Amino acid sequence: MEAVITFSEVSVVIGSVTLLDRLNLTLGPGQPTVVIGPNGSGKTTLLRAAMGLVTPDRGSISGVAKHRAIMFQHPVMLRRSVAANLDYALKAAGVSRAGRQARLGELLALVGLADLAGRPARRLSGGERQRLALARALARDPDVLFLDEPTASLDPAATKAFEDLIRTIAARQIKVVMATHDLGEARRLAGDVVLLHRGRLVEAGAAPQFFEAPRTDDARRFLAGELLL
Amino acid sequence: MAENASALQLLLTGDPALLAIVRLSLAVSLSAVACAALLGIPLGALLALTRFPGRGAVIVTVNAMMGLPPVMVGLALYLALSRSGPLGSWGLLFTPLAMVAAQTVLVLPIIAALTRQTIEDLWLEYRDELAAMNVGVMGRIGTLVWDARFSLVTAVLAGFGRAAAEVGAVIIVGGNIDGFTRVMTTAIALETSKGSLPLAVGLGVILLAIIIIINTVAWTVRRAGERMSG
Amino acid sequence: MTSITRRLFVAVLALLMPGLADAQDNTIVVASTTSTEDSGLFRHILPLFRAKTGIEVKVVAQGTGQALDTARRGDADVVFVHAKSAEEAFLAQGFGVKRYPVMYNDFVLVGPKKDPAGVAGTKDIVAALKALHDKQISFVSRGDRSGTHLAELALWKAAGIDPAANTGAWYKSIGQGMGAALNTAVALDAYVLSDRGTWLAFGNKSDLDIAVQGDKRLFNQYGVMLVNPQKHPHVKAAAGQQFIDWLVSPEGQRAIADYRINGSQLFYPNAQDPSA
Repeated sequence: MEAVITFSEVSVVIGSVTLLDRLNLTLGPGQPTVVIGPNGSGKTTLLRAAMGLVTPDRGSISGVAKHRAIMFQHPVMLRRSVAANLDYALKAAGVSRAGRQARLGELLALVGLADLAGRPARRLSGGERQRLALARALARDPDVLFLDEPTASLDPAATKAFEDLIRTIAARQIKVVMATHDLGEARRLAGDVVLLHRGRLVEAGAAPQFFEAPRTDDARRFLAGELLL
Repeated sequence: MAENASALQLLLTGDPALLAIVRLSLAVSLSAVACAALLGIPLGALLALTRFPGRGAVIVTVNAMMGLPPVMVGLALYLALSRSGPLGSWGLLFTPLAMVAAQTVLVLPIIAALTRQTIEDLWLEYRDELAAMNVGVMGRIGTLVWDARFSLVTAVLAGFGRAAAEVGAVIIVGGNIDGFTRVMTTAIALETSKGSLPLAVGLGVILLAIIIIINTVAWTVRRAGERMSG
Repeated sequence: MTSITRRLFVAVLALLMPGLADAQDNTIVVASTTSTEDSGLFRHILPLFRAKTGIEVKVVAQGTGQALDTARRGDADVVFVHAKSAEEAFLAQGFGVKRYPVMYNDFVLVGPKKDPAGVAGTKDIVAALKALHDKQISFVSRGDRSGTHLAELALWKAAGIDPAANTGAWYKSIGQGMGAALNTAVALDAYVLSDRGTWLAFGNKSDLDIAVQGDKRLFNQYGVMLVNPQKHPHVKAAAGQQFIDWLVSPEGQRAIADYRINGSQLFYPNAQDPSA
């Protein structure tokens, strides 16, 4: 299988803080890859570097994925309607005016916001915002979609709805790479798991094997609910 | 304006001379604000989004120019537009257009400086999102200006207040010609010098009322707009 | 945003257009003094001139010195001021074509009704100024190179007093127009030299009244000149000369004589007096 994205010896340093430390990682196609780890372990930086928003100080990131999209942990809604937010993303992705009409309806239906198309985006509920942000990311027609803790601030019902959406997207041959610190969510969605700690790769592998038989002490302790310091 | 009449009487009876003065004041100041906004908003946004050597000095200069003395602007423009000056052949001295030009110069730094600050704050919020969508510099400026539109109304109103209230520049380049370049503020100065203090005060009250009405309209539009688009 | 501002801009320009259209041909700019404008003379005579000729006169009211400078720069077609020696210098420099005497009014010494200088009702202006100096009583000077200011300086000279030596003490030079000087005198209970027209039309007399008047040395002659088209080719010589000819014509002279405030005549036409 061809790697979707490959990290080779990637380091990201800001000031005196090392956010990623000589990371080597290959993300293959298929089921979602879930990046876990405590706060400050480098999950967000990994996603941003893969998206091209952060330039590595060392090493390189390569891959076949042409269209990449990202959904930030706190997506910013533009001060306009739901439909206009999505239309903006479609326009930025270079979709023609005619194409936008069709895609707009299709994406709003997918994320369940068709009825709220005219509402100001800043007045949506938390769950609705996350779904609009997901639709905006999908407007780029991505091969790879990075999601940064998309359900962190959602209640269980909204979390369930969002996770269902992630499964739908993954079924469309879009590679999902998602950061979370919720182990339950990781178990529910992951095809592969990447565990980071202090900017270093602790362990990466297929989900069943990672959860049943972790190879490292840190992973075992993390799964057992101990604090990694 | 008729002697021995109060400003309110003149207004209520629709005194044509007073109405012409009010109309010219509005026309000159609104034109100047429109010109300054068309130039100042893109300029401020560009300054907010670009990085170049000397940017700090440019920002400080623009901010400092908010305090430009009107009489200095009037004098500089007078020397430029005078028949003996470099632009004398345009024949603009002592015309409303010269007054518009002077007030544009006065208002431009205010709108540009306040726009830069507003856009820069909004940019911090939007940076990641727009970068992830690959939006180019021009697209960013358009998006940020549009999304900051309700805050920018305040910047434009600040500019309008400055334009409508100043007398130093328009009296020099306009000449306070009766029926042609006389505006509210120069009329107030003239009535004061004629010792018609009650009339001068009345004119001042009318000017203040106009400024309040315009601000009320702008605030109402802003509120309605915010309700509609979040 | 852009479409709204664009529409606003167009609307505003449309508002301005009538004013701009006026700027075209049949108008002249006259640089004149605050005394003629503030006293209301122009408001009285200009409509008559316009009705006869269709020419619109735009008056820029400044001090005599500034008005002559405006004309020197070519920013006026006609200059109508009151300082004969300055006018003659203007002609000698080639900026004016010819000086026509038009009218005179007179200066009056205005002061507080309680008259601390003890000059009220006297006629000798030079003696009155000496009294102000001797008793160190506040006097407000225009200090703006206007015709009134120049006349005032000439009177101090006749009294053998150098007011510049007393600046800041009892002699207050404010560098502003006639109205501002009167307002200042009201506020300071000071004496001030004013032209009679501005004084009569002045609305904030408060506790001031005329103290000294009627001295021949207080006469105030106005002259009018066309700005030399050879210096400034854009000068509207024909229309400007038409205005001057009308001012000195019997009709224009009558219009000037007819202007009154509360029954008092303000200006006395004397275009026929070659020595004026």
